[in-house]
Amino acid sequence: MTAVLDATSTRTLTYAEAVREALGQAMEDDERVFLLGEDVGTYGGAFGVTGDLVHRFGEERVRDTPISELGIVGAAVGAALAGMRPIVEIQFSDFTAQAMDQIVNQAAKIHFMLGGAATVPMVLRAPGGSGTGAAAQHSQSLEAWFAHVPGLKVVMPATPADAKGLLLAAIDDPNPVIVLEHKLLYKQSGPVPEVPERVRLGETAVRRTGGDLTIVATGVMVSRALEAAETLAAQGIQASVLDPRTLRPLDDRTIVDSVTATGRALLVQEAPKTGGFMGEIAARIVESSAFGHLRAPVARLCGLDVPIPYAPQLERAAVPQVEDIVREASELVKRW
Amino acid sequence: MDLTKDAAVARETLRTMWTIRRFEEAVDDLFARGLMHGTMHLSIGQEAVPAGACLALREGDYITSTHRGHGHCIARGAELDAMMAELLAKETGYCRGRGGSMHIADVATGNLGANGIVAGGVPIAAGAGLAVKLRRGEQVVVSFFGDGAVNEGAWHEGVNLAAIWDLPVVFVCENNHYGMSMSVGKAFKVQRLAERAAAYGIPGVTVDGNDPQAVHDAVSDAVHRARAGQGPTLVEAVTYRWKGHSKSDKNLYRTREEIESWREQDPIARFERAVAGTLSEVDIAACRDEARERVREAIRTANAAPDASADSLTDAVYARSDR
Repeated sequence: MTAVLDATSTRTLTYAEAVREALGQAMEDDERVFLLGEDVGTYGGAFGVTGDLVHRFGEERVRDTPISELGIVGAAVGAALAGMRPIVEIQFSDFTAQAMDQIVNQAAKIHFMLGGAATVPMVLRAPGGSGTGAAAQHSQSLEAWFAHVPGLKVVMPATPADAKGLLLAAIDDPNPVIVLEHKLLYKQSGPVPEVPERVRLGETAVRRTGGDLTIVATGVMVSRALEAAETLAAQGIQASVLDPRTLRPLDDRTIVDSVTATGRALLVQEAPKTGGFMGEIAARIVESSAFGHLRAPVARLCGLDVPIPYAPQLERAAVPQVEDIVREASELVKRW
Repeated sequence: MDLTKDAAVARETLRTMWTIRRFEEAVDDLFARGLMHGTMHLSIGQEAVPAGACLALREGDYITSTHRGHGHCIARGAELDAMMAELLAKETGYCRGRGGSMHIADVATGNLGANGIVAGGVPIAAGAGLAVKLRRGEQVVVSFFGDGAVNEGAWHEGVNLAAIWDLPVVFVCENNHYGMSMSVGKAFKVQRLAERAAAYGIPGVTVDGNDPQAVHDAVSDAVHRARAGQGPTLVEAVTYRWKGHSKSDKNLYRTREEIESWREQDPIARFERAVAGTLSEVDIAACRDEARERVREAIRTANAAPDASADSLTDAVYARSDR
């Protein structure tokens, strides 16, 4: 497959197309890889991500399942233990709540509990986030749940290229990897390499460089932070924008280095503030040598501590928007 | 296969049951004397189920096990030394002291692991069956679980997936009458747990779980169906655990008379009577002695091994990438 591809070629793909391309290339490359999930076959996935893969790889390897999240994830754990490389799609990340025993008590712990005698090389993909009017049971950002569990790796791709590259790395990984895609990103386009190029797990991406403050953002907040940074630049404030990309493993070194240079940190997440992952990043910053370089308290801009509401104006109010990031960043720089 | 008529098979069956019994009596004793920590779940009285079931399996077949899993391990051929070392928190244990009694797996014998979560192994067994099917393999997966598992959602979901995809899985329910203190009579409206099979469109059969022959016959039939691509079967083996649920059990939920009546149906004593025409008294005594000696040797070896080391604890959480 790789032989016919130009290693330097990139095309513009949507985030959903990039995920599909990674799935297809992984299945071509390794016959142990197979997909299972609700409506991933003929339907093409609830968000159209798996698309035509069932026609290319057949119903055995692009396997429709009953609505049975605990069973699906358990079957993936068992298949992985028996030598396969299953990729599960959970239709909405909220539904992982139905499968938590298999994710947290089984997949995450088996390698450790068994003293390294077995591995669970599986990937669980699930779309998260708000913005579609789907309300409280279909809109959550649950990354902190997974990041809290040793044994899981947690990935949050923010661009089409990363959606492909991080997923390929996740499929290669001998551990269970949770890949949290964002529904609002599925239709966003960007350059994506044609070749199956891996993006290593555990490398924070510096999306923009500026000397006045460091904005750390995940998921859909990365593009909002970049948009905010442009507005801030017009106001004379130069922001660095960092995208950790993987929460476990976390490349905190790059974050600490940036905050050391700028002296200010604004941490932006869609998830509710309490117990959220940006609290962890804040702690890593203040525990580090960057502490002595801080010119301002570390600031967090997060979703409200509420379930995601239905009405569009309420839903919008519940999570950070571009103008909120501009306001918080501007205040942080002007006040301190 | 008749387990009683052929001397070699009869000896193997008896030796397996005695080894499970002696192993668990030994750990019970070590625990009582403060020489073993943590907790454990003993299957004394239930030895006929793993002994009879595992004799229906070949090399390469898989099992999933439970928190009460010493018997499955032993019947599948696990190393007693490594099991005992794990329970004694030694570096040479199956899990290097990281898992203990509830998490012993033995990849070499296809044992995908005991499980501390009731019914946790059931969807995992379906997944292993799916792996076999995708590879066009001939292996079979036996999933052991107790009566308590049959009311868990994971059990329903795992059995259903195996049923709709005709996966090569045999679901073996060790109905020992209690999920901790909750009796089967209170936890189920059905009379026999095997009736649940009808809900998934698969065969279900109830057998005497204190008779290794009955267990073996039912599991062999189910294994045959599974290998032939005819899908899963539910085998309910009715048995009884003599000891408490775990180390904290005061047996307040059952009577001395009930326990005594089941001890009179001791599967090992029954099997010894059944093989009296095949094995001599001396043969039978040799099986017992061999089991006792193997367990003693396992304790000696484990005690001489180094304690589990905390040095590499955080390094052990993730498997290293092979790419």
